[in-house]
Amino acid sequence: MRHESAFDPLKIISTLRSAGVAAPLALIPAGKGPSMIGSIHAWSTIVSAFLASSVEAVEALTVVLAVGVVRGWRSALLGTLAALGLLIALVAIFGRALGQVPISLLQLVVGALLLLFGMRWLRKAMLRSAGVIELHDEAAIYQEEIHALGGNSAVARADPRTAWDPIAIVTAFKAVTLEGVEVIVIVIALGAVQGLLVPASLGALAACVLVVGAGVVLHRPLARVPENSLKFVVGILMSAFGLFWFGEGAGLEWPYADAAILGLMAILAVASWLGITIAKRVRPTGKRVSMRGRTA
Amino acid sequence: MNIVARTMRGLVGLFVDDGTLALTLIFVLAAVGAVAHYGAIGDALAMAMLVGGSVGALLVNVIRAAATDKR
Repeated sequence: MRHESAFDPLKIISTLRSAGVAAPLALIPAGKGPSMIGSIHAWSTIVSAFLASSVEAVEALTVVLAVGVVRGWRSALLGTLAALGLLIALVAIFGRALGQVPISLLQLVVGALLLLFGMRWLRKAMLRSAGVIELHDEAAIYQEEIHALGGNSAVARADPRTAWDPIAIVTAFKAVTLEGVEVIVIVIALGAVQGLLVPASLGALAACVLVVGAGVVLHRPLARVPENSLKFVVGILMSAFGLFWFGEGAGLEWPYADAAILGLMAILAVASWLGITIAKRVRPTGKRVSMRGRTA
Repeated sequence: MNIVARTMRGLVGLFVDDGTLALTLIFVLAAVGAVAHYGAIGDALAMAMLVGGSVGALLVNVIRAAATDKR
């Protein structure tokens, strides 16, 4: 028996479809009725998109805040809005194009990309946990960005009240575009294959709104966000989805169907713990690789 | 040209941090894709190859990075 909840992603998809919202929903199989597994899948997609997008949003916000404080909010916001416009255009173009790709090919390609993406994050989180590389420090990056924008006397600063500042616009535009493209990749990778673009987009949107809201209230970078823990969880989630979808695309039939993703997550979690434990033991004591900064 | 090169590098950087790990993973995926396509081995073995190969590549890469930490 299916338990009803106040917020059901599959109900939202159904409501949007009946309301005639067509574009991203073209990827969702019409005959696929709601089920317990379907709801679990939708929720895990929302949570994965939310966690991964919150990391990217924090990184973009750090740069935009630094630009706004040093060079003026007018130019920082213009750069941000221009980047958001470009990102919306990318979503509109690629969202439609994805609907034309055969599902098995989509599973293979997206599965491979998700695995590369997830393993990249997992590797970095493991090395940080083992003390091999330094933790990502938003406060330090914020100070570095402020120094780069305002501390260089050779850079002519425009009056933020009267003129547009090209350096500020380009810096904010670049940061929001780069982090935004990562969010788009995450949303498409998590949502496209299973026809869950809407739940994935909702998760990413919620993360961006929450992070920007916190940034506006606090007016400083969100240095207290436990970024390494988030990257750990997201790395495991994405790698598990990547392995599952690549296997499906290659024609393999996973035991227990979608529930196999939970098993894959458990295997990756145990392997990560094992990797960190061994890495701590084999690492020469007291030595660290300096990788602080924009290493994503 | 510089902007295009930097953009491409940024896009590749989304998926590749350590080249050796990325290449190993691509090799594992290609091998599993090939054996699954030609039905050379059973599903269970192909899944074991996929999961074991990917997780093994990650573990070896992390442990090697920790062991060769020179700074």
